[in-house]
Amino acid sequence: MSDAHRTEDSAGAPAAVFTGIGVTAPNGLGTEEWWSATLAGKSGIDFVSGFDARSYPAQLAGEVRDFDAGAYLSPRIVVETSKMSHFALAATAMALDDAAVDLTRIPEYERAVITANASGGAEFGQRELQKLWRGGPRDVSPYMSIAWFYAATTGQISIGHEMRGPCGVVVSEQAGGLDALGQARRVVRGGARLAVTGGTDSSLSPAGYVSQLPTGHLTTVTDPARAYLPFDAAASGFVPGEGGAILVMENGTTARERGISDPYGELAGYAAAFDPRPGSTRPPALARCIRAALDDARLRPEEIGVVFADGHGTAELDRQEARALAEVFGPRGVPVTVPKTMTGRLYAGAGALDAAGALLALRDQVVPPTVHVTGPAPGHGLDLVLDQPRELPLRTAMVVARGHGGFNAVTVVRRAR
Amino acid sequence: MSTFTLDDLRTMLREGAGVDDSVDLDVPILDIPFSSLGYDSLAMLEIAARIEQQLGVHVPDELVERLTTPRAVLEYVGRHLAEVA
Amino acid sequence: MRTMDVAITGIGVMAPGGAGREAFWDCIVSGRTATRRVTHFDPAGYRCQVAAEIDFDPAAHGLTPQQARRMDRAAQLAVVATDEALADSGFDTGGTDPGRIAVTVGNAVGCTTGLEEEYRVLSDDGRQWAVDHTFAVPQLYNYLVPSSIATEVAWRAGAEGPVSVVSSGCTSGIDALGYAAGLLAEGSADAVVAGSADAPISPITMACFDAIKATSTYNDDPQQACRPFDRSRRGLVLGEGAAMFVLEDTGRARRRGARVYARILGYATRANAFHMTGLRPDGREMAEAITAAMDQAELGPQDLDYVNAHGSGTKQNDRHETAAVKTSLGNRAFELPMSSIKSMVGHSLGAIGSIEVAACALAVERGAVPPTANLHERDPECDLDYVPLTAREQKVRAALSVGSGFGGFQSAIVVAAPGEAAA
Repeated sequence: MSDAHRTEDSAGAPAAVFTGIGVTAPNGLGTEEWWSATLAGKSGIDFVSGFDARSYPAQLAGEVRDFDAGAYLSPRIVVETSKMSHFALAATAMALDDAAVDLTRIPEYERAVITANASGGAEFGQRELQKLWRGGPRDVSPYMSIAWFYAATTGQISIGHEMRGPCGVVVSEQAGGLDALGQARRVVRGGARLAVTGGTDSSLSPAGYVSQLPTGHLTTVTDPARAYLPFDAAASGFVPGEGGAILVMENGTTARERGISDPYGELAGYAAAFDPRPGSTRPPALARCIRAALDDARLRPEEIGVVFADGHGTAELDRQEARALAEVFGPRGVPVTVPKTMTGRLYAGAGALDAAGALLALRDQVVPPTVHVTGPAPGHGLDLVLDQPRELPLRTAMVVARGHGGFNAVTVVRRAR
Repeated sequence: MSTFTLDDLRTMLREGAGVDDSVDLDVPILDIPFSSLGYDSLAMLEIAARIEQQLGVHVPDELVERLTTPRAVLEYVGRHLAEVA
Repeated sequence: MRTMDVAITGIGVMAPGGAGREAFWDCIVSGRTATRRVTHFDPAGYRCQVAAEIDFDPAAHGLTPQQARRMDRAAQLAVVATDEALADSGFDTGGTDPGRIAVTVGNAVGCTTGLEEEYRVLSDDGRQWAVDHTFAVPQLYNYLVPSSIATEVAWRAGAEGPVSVVSSGCTSGIDALGYAAGLLAEGSADAVVAGSADAPISPITMACFDAIKATSTYNDDPQQACRPFDRSRRGLVLGEGAAMFVLEDTGRARRRGARVYARILGYATRANAFHMTGLRPDGREMAEAITAAMDQAELGPQDLDYVNAHGSGTKQNDRHETAAVKTSLGNRAFELPMSSIKSMVGHSLGAIGSIEVAACALAVERGAVPPTANLHERDPECDLDYVPLTAREQKVRAALSVGSGFGGFQSAIVVAAPGEAAA
């Protein structure tokens, strides 16, 4: 390959390249701050501070603390949106700034917004539900109608940046962040020059948090350093988090025309698949999904430099994922990392944040660590990048995301030069 | 509350609808249309709802879009606060 | 060659006015309105007390007690409509690689009915901010995440291909079909069970629409509460329901000898980037969506015989949409019948887009267009042929359906007869 970055993908369609990244994560606000913290192994998991969780069996969360929405958004927008949108709007501003793009030079109907969301504006919703049931329907704010629903974030980004092209929202629980990237690539291939994409979530209100307890998947361990241990023999469940990432994706050709010679990378492969219904004897869909994403990228397993795993943190789902990775890549066949051990699981934000991590790993030629995991379960056969980052030459990275209920999504990002 | 002043309205706007970065509410705003102060239809519905909840003054649907300036709101509320009291 | 050519080979509908596809068609062509005083909860104290409700017994539609319990009403409606669509299509899910079957479900407000009921218990009707976790029921997480609706549909259909919910507010029901058509076009699936479902008639959703004064206040006249394009209209009336389809590549559907109701040939969505709820009067972005969808379908205005309007019955929508149709279709706009079935089955938010596409597909198949009920005196600014009160028998070669929703989203989809539509 020449120095010039690919402007077409392997199938001849215009490449979808990433030109901007914005991050609001529990262990770092702002892309570079978060990335340094991640490479340093700094965790954002702690006791819930936003409300009193002491009576609940699970008590930890990855909260985005010290986040002042007003520092990024007009106070007018702050009042009419929920936290999930605050995170997304702040990250969008960062990502567009990072992409150094003059949106006015892109035709209005060729600017798209595709985000993922998993559970809506939980805190905003709980506040208004409380007003309704304590005071009656007249106490419900007009802003409730536009703040809590799953499309709120995409709508506000569209309005905030005059994006009049295809706008959409994908919901597939934790897989959604990657499904959004896949859909963004479709709209870029369909004629959009630029898509703001990714996902953020915040389910951290008392009702939102408690609603997650019945799955039995939240860890009840209260030591923040021992709570979320994916692929560890001591895996006990996961810690929920909030925040996520927003990425700017562009048509590779028009990005180059506006002078972007070195984008973060290209969305080279994407696939989604769904697990068999409960009770089926058919195998989980993940291995098939990974292969489909490789096929889509026209890459062989040995060409993948690192896998950002889903890392559910429960024994059975960890086993499923480890088995799928070993099946495709061979035992210890590829370095695997779970930086979400520093953030908790961010739902729709997770795939997007891992994709951001994968792109920065390609840029800096370093794999971020999986913290807190000290005793990988025997038999997984994974080459886990544990407490220290690992420097190695990287041309490609894979991201895996799995959503509650059976959702699987896999993306492959490739260095552009 | 038996009176409703411009400062009360300013507080209500700040708390209920926020203030746009480009707007200064502390200048004389009595006759500046809400739309020029950055407030849209939803913001005005929020303010109308707060007037009802906090002051007990009902603002009929059709009136919300006619209360276009702070002066109009103060006059309307002032007139009806007398009735509530 | 067209970039989108998708066959609708099965249709299942759960809409107010009667369960099932045929009851739905009977309701809308008879001009009967299914709007009534709310019975799902006591609406006393609400500004709007009217909705279009479904009388629905999950058990009578084949759901076991455990299935009914773990699903919110929106998921129940989606699953029942899925069953009908699959049976109708003759598609052999057992004889197909499950990995080649996809699911796309449109939905705007998730499992809001179930979530609100559980919230009331958890918080003791709002008395506790720090809710009591000991009252959390097993299905609670399914209610928090609307993706559970797609999960239920996928399990029903035995689908293991790409599965997701598309949630773009009130255009979700159109956008889900566009998403599904994209999956077929790129070869990610051989069949997509696609459509949408929503069950928003709950206190919190009604209170939301009260707060923005978007719903009708004709509480004393529930059957005539929704009056699209009428001078006396006062707003929308909420509905609930689901419409699910079996979608296949048209060539593949023909090869298996499937009955094809109609073909989806074009789809587009645009955003107004103007306001979360407000619309620019000129409807330029909706016009752009219509033009883009028609271009993709390779059809011109003369090829259309019917427009299914968004027709929500709010003051601003009906004018906005009239302007958009005139801008995009030119003089043909004045010759075309354009009706709003929301006058009869209400506005079921994320579901209605697919329900309206079902109406279009049946209109194409059966040669009739449903009317706009309650339209007695046209708004002078709404000067098209809205098919007042009575259905019309007429050939429909191709139909356009449009949607408009919160967030500023404007979507359009083109449905044509199975025979070669003019290019």
